[in-house]
Amino acid sequence: MPLRSNMKFRPYLFSLLALAIALILSLAIGSVFLSPAQLWEALIGHGTRVPDAILWDIRLPRTVLVALTGMALSGSGAAYQGLFRNPLADPFLIGVASGAGLGAVIAMSIQWPYSFWGLMAIPMSAFVAGLLTIFIVYSLARLGKTIPTTNLILAGVACSSFATSLTSFLMLRSTGDLHRALGWLLGGATQAGWTAVIAILPYLLIGLVILTFGGHALNLLQFGDEQAQQLGLNVTRAKTVLLIAASLATAAAVAFSGIIGFIGLIVPHVMRLWFGPDYRRLIPLSIIGGASALILSDVVARVVIAPQEIPVGIVTALVGAPFFLWVLRRAKNQGYW
Amino acid sequence: MCPPWANTQSRSGQTRRSARADTQVCPYKKWKMLKIESLSVNYGGRSPRRVLHDVTLNVQSGEVVALIGPNGAGKSTLIRAVSGVIPIVSGRVRTNGDDFHSLNPMQRAKYLAVVPQAVSLPPAFTVWETVLMGRTPYLGFIGQTSSADEGIARNAMKRVDALDLAERRVGELSGGEAQRVLLARALCQSTPILLLDEPTAHLDLQYQVSLLELVRDLAHHDKLAVLIALHDLNLAARYTDRIALMVAGKIKSIGLPEEVLTPELISEAYCLPVQVVKHPFMDVPLVLPENGK
Repeated sequence: MPLRSNMKFRPYLFSLLALAIALILSLAIGSVFLSPAQLWEALIGHGTRVPDAILWDIRLPRTVLVALTGMALSGSGAAYQGLFRNPLADPFLIGVASGAGLGAVIAMSIQWPYSFWGLMAIPMSAFVAGLLTIFIVYSLARLGKTIPTTNLILAGVACSSFATSLTSFLMLRSTGDLHRALGWLLGGATQAGWTAVIAILPYLLIGLVILTFGGHALNLLQFGDEQAQQLGLNVTRAKTVLLIAASLATAAAVAFSGIIGFIGLIVPHVMRLWFGPDYRRLIPLSIIGGASALILSDVVARVVIAPQEIPVGIVTALVGAPFFLWVLRRAKNQGYW
Repeated sequence: MCPPWANTQSRSGQTRRSARADTQVCPYKKWKMLKIESLSVNYGGRSPRRVLHDVTLNVQSGEVVALIGPNGAGKSTLIRAVSGVIPIVSGRVRTNGDDFHSLNPMQRAKYLAVVPQAVSLPPAFTVWETVLMGRTPYLGFIGQTSSADEGIARNAMKRVDALDLAERRVGELSGGEAQRVLLARALCQSTPILLLDEPTAHLDLQYQVSLLELVRDLAHHDKLAVLIALHDLNLAARYTDRIALMVAGKIKSIGLPEEVLTPELISEAYCLPVQVVKHPFMDVPLVLPENGK
């Protein structure tokens, strides 16, 4: 009967294929072009020294970090959209990303020793600050039981500006090391390296696994808190768990890749348009799609004025801002998302 | 005994899965009644306003009880309080032995299903996805449905005559179709108790009659305890076994339709003079409003 079985797997095949293409492009393209044959040889360990080093020490860690960041931002973007029942919720637009950025800069300004645990303190601090921000935005935007779109965006923008100002203040006041943070905040994955990948992984895995399994709860929440509870969902608990998981993923991404806007808005929307609103599929598909989308943005950021790079946040914003306006119009006109 | 929409899976001869489904569909050995005992509810935080005063009401298994009363009398509030989505100040809601307020939402959703008014449903889900969500109390957190769950959903849709809507999106449905889909979703919960909040509000005459006939059938034939908020007094008289008249958060009167639908009680409750006559071809009262003051 309903839901033809080929519909179950085709979206995953399709998005995994897109991810594979993005991965190959990202590994091949750069200041030195690596042919597929060179890539393959370097991957299996038979390559010559130079391609080997480029692949293993530069391109692969960077690509993996970018992929993980994209996964985190789109997965949590889809979850925020479901939790707030609002098509414009995105880690960047609702202020979580800026809040987490502030947390990360505070941790950096404390000047932890540059060790593994010093590095781990940054996402932790980003997580706490991000959670605090979302709590404030939520309280400001809430009107009775609903969160009107405009309220959410306004509260998000206000909190975001506040956090960004504090971040700039901290960076101007400090010297040396923290200047590097400016480039980071614009969303360039310049910090890349295997250490960052390892540091980001635990936060990301916990957050994304919870979100993936939370699809059914998010589906129920689309009917409103009351109906969700009448259908048997423990609404308060489900919302708390999902909000923490989404913020954890966002904070991890921000702590290592900086503030990258709009990925968490675009990818879930495209997935929803293509594959329907069922969050049990939408969350994993957004996670996979987010990886491909950010990898491709990063490739564009690397080649557009090569040999120099532009921060990937600029690429996503150039595509994302018009998209945002389109979604806003659409949401206003038909409320159909 | 299972309601007929629940056990056709086992009748159709499926083996192990349907055995598990049977235990899921009928978690309780005997049918339950709904007991509301001196329930009070407040609205508003700082200066609370009492909206339900000591409401006491029993609904037996196998009967339909109508809640009638003017706008703002507390009909919807009562349904929301019974289903546990708003806090109560005092009183209890029980079913035979169990106190609802000691149950978590999932356990409660196995006892009691609510058919809300069909407004502001998420438009992009299909009817099939929506109806299957009624199985939530029997699913794990991730909501994986089995073929038994799908069988139950299919039968529930057949019961409300919504089977051909399965692939449609909820946003494309008419008010009557959406209401039937919500009833099917509630039936999927396989509960002994069913609450309906003004289900006929947006329906045309044909759908009003068919929906209420179905609701009556669920009570009389499948032995559900049904509490239904209704605006139309004549539909209440015709399709329900007892009527509870609510005014300003209190139960003013409760009894058989002819006991409650009297000119005195109705005129006073609605602040409008009414005549009550005998229905020309049915043994029920017919309420005819006179001109307003």
